[in-house]
Amino acid sequence: MDQISTTPQQIQDTPLTIAGKKFRNRFFLGTGKFKNKADVTESIVAAQVEIVTVALRRIDSEHHEENILEYIPKHVTLLVNTSGARNAQEAVRIARLAQASGCGNWVKIEVINDSKYLLPDNQETIKATEILAAEGFVVLPYMFPDLYVARQLVKAGAATVMPLGSLIGSHQGLKAKEFIKILIDEIDVPIVVDAGIGRPSQAAEAMEMGADAVLANTAVATAQNPAVAAQAFSLAVAAGRLAYLSKLPQKQSPASASSPLTGFLFER
Amino acid sequence: MKIIVNGQTKDFSSAKNLKTLIEEFCANPHQVIVELNGQVIKNDRWANQVIKENDSLELVTIVGGG
Amino acid sequence: MISLTEVQKTLAIESPEAIENLAQKAKRLTQQYFGHTISLYAPLYISNYCSSHCTYCGFHVRNRIHRLKLTPGQINKEMAHVAQSGIENILILTGESYQATPLAYLKEAVEIAQKYFSSISLEVHPMDETEYGELFAAGVDGIAIYQETYNRHRYAQVHLSGKKKNYDYRYGAPERIAHAGMRQISMGILLGLADDVAADAHELFLHLRFMEKNFPGVEYSLSFPRLRPIKGLGFEPCLVSDLMLFKIICLARIVFPRVGINLSTRESARLRDRLLGVGITRISAASKTSVGGYTSESPEDLDPQFDIQDERSVENIVAMLKKRNFDPVLTDWRRIDNKIFS
Repeated sequence: MDQISTTPQQIQDTPLTIAGKKFRNRFFLGTGKFKNKADVTESIVAAQVEIVTVALRRIDSEHHEENILEYIPKHVTLLVNTSGARNAQEAVRIARLAQASGCGNWVKIEVINDSKYLLPDNQETIKATEILAAEGFVVLPYMFPDLYVARQLVKAGAATVMPLGSLIGSHQGLKAKEFIKILIDEIDVPIVVDAGIGRPSQAAEAMEMGADAVLANTAVATAQNPAVAAQAFSLAVAAGRLAYLSKLPQKQSPASASSPLTGFLFER
Repeated sequence: MKIIVNGQTKDFSSAKNLKTLIEEFCANPHQVIVELNGQVIKNDRWANQVIKENDSLELVTIVGGG
Repeated sequence: MISLTEVQKTLAIESPEAIENLAQKAKRLTQQYFGHTISLYAPLYISNYCSSHCTYCGFHVRNRIHRLKLTPGQINKEMAHVAQSGIENILILTGESYQATPLAYLKEAVEIAQKYFSSISLEVHPMDETEYGELFAAGVDGIAIYQETYNRHRYAQVHLSGKKKNYDYRYGAPERIAHAGMRQISMGILLGLADDVAADAHELFLHLRFMEKNFPGVEYSLSFPRLRPIKGLGFEPCLVSDLMLFKIICLARIVFPRVGINLSTRESARLRDRLLGVGITRISAASKTSVGGYTSESPEDLDPQFDIQDERSVENIVAMLKKRNFDPVLTDWRRIDNKIFS
């Protein structure tokens, strides 16, 4: 297959800066649910991903697990997800364990105490953010888009805010679009849309309206060809970003014939 | 001696130090992150860490995830 | 947030079709967020003493006018009169004199106002946060404070002496007011002061955006008073046409769909009526802009801050609004207690 000529790194844009680190590719990749680890590497390399999420799991002595870290290029930033945490305490514990492993101190706080919808617990997320930010972690909290909560997260020290697009694994795209837009308009830290992004077009849509980055996992991992899917997402995010930067004309509302309001201004 | 490892009660015949226990349990000890009774223990201390009756161990590792 | 270029572009449009489109958009938004509600209020000047020299204002310190400061008895009389007309929202005004009308005097006026009005606002000199806090606790719901112009050079040219000369102190007032817990803040520019209207409007929008972001619980409103020449003052305002005022109000509505927009009786009845529905949500009625003007036996002896062009009574205004399918609202809430519960 021929190489696409423009890579995300080549578009004219200021890099996304989080905690002093600069990212040219605004597509974040999750590394869960891949059929095999080689696909993870291929996806990262093909899409030139610069930041990935990983998780922590208990060692299973029966089942030998390959070390995922060997499949992630060294320059890629690791974002450890606290998945499994059902409250702030557990999230904090997982973050500290991850830090001890030498994975760095970037943490995606994911606190879910709901196995039906997998909705994040905003309140526990705020608590965990406060504790971990104070300990020097770079905190990227996953949350349900609520403006008050986003403000509290920023106040608590979050480096970004990660509102869900729609329910995890649902591929429904931006069900929460209007509320994400509010966060984009009102919150000054980067907004990373996460969860529910099933198609590159949805990722582009998020970027077009002003999101700073998009994270996707399931859609790539479960595609027949993950590396190609990853490239598609990467390019879609870049396209959406360019669209946003170009300041496209506003959608025009349909003209309505109604009595003139301004004729009097032109009367002699 | 009863020890809780990853939430499950295990019976060990004799006293162990942490390093030996991990080597028995895990195929790749260098990937393991250890929490003993709620405290993280770095690998340079494993050889000197003694395990007692009813100690609670969490052995975790980094895996792929969202 | 709208850019300066976009503001300039909008305020430069000339074609009747484009202006009509702008007005229709502003009307839709006003109806969407405000329905047909128009709030009514009345201004009440209790003192025209002023310690600043603002070259455009009839009350300035060097201008020879009859200086008056109402006594509590006189304030009571004026307020009773205004209250009789049905007005529930009162805007108490003074010149900017920290000596003649200190905090204690203002608090006394507020106490009297509480007998007659359900909502009390003040348009007075800028002050410190603690003073705003005391006013809030005394029962004030809102403060109007206009930067006049955001052009520092022009600001310095027209504010020659007195505390009003301090641009930054005035600019920081909305923040202090919000910190003190006030529920309503009205901000604005004086049209006719600086010749670059677009720049001033843009700066005002930026200032309001900053306030909205940092103090989201406050109810904001905007005002665009248009300078009228005052006899003998020797100040020539820049010309701001009716068309320009119209465009500014439509633009403000579009940029801030939920923010109230006030219009005073400086403007003619004809223009005011046309501006209703494209953005204006709050108007004054039956105003008197001289101290003691409501009940004075010889009003012609008094010096108004500006000449009123719309002299209709509250009754007339309410009738006009109802006829045009607006919903005139004299009061829409009652204060329970002005305390910040921490």
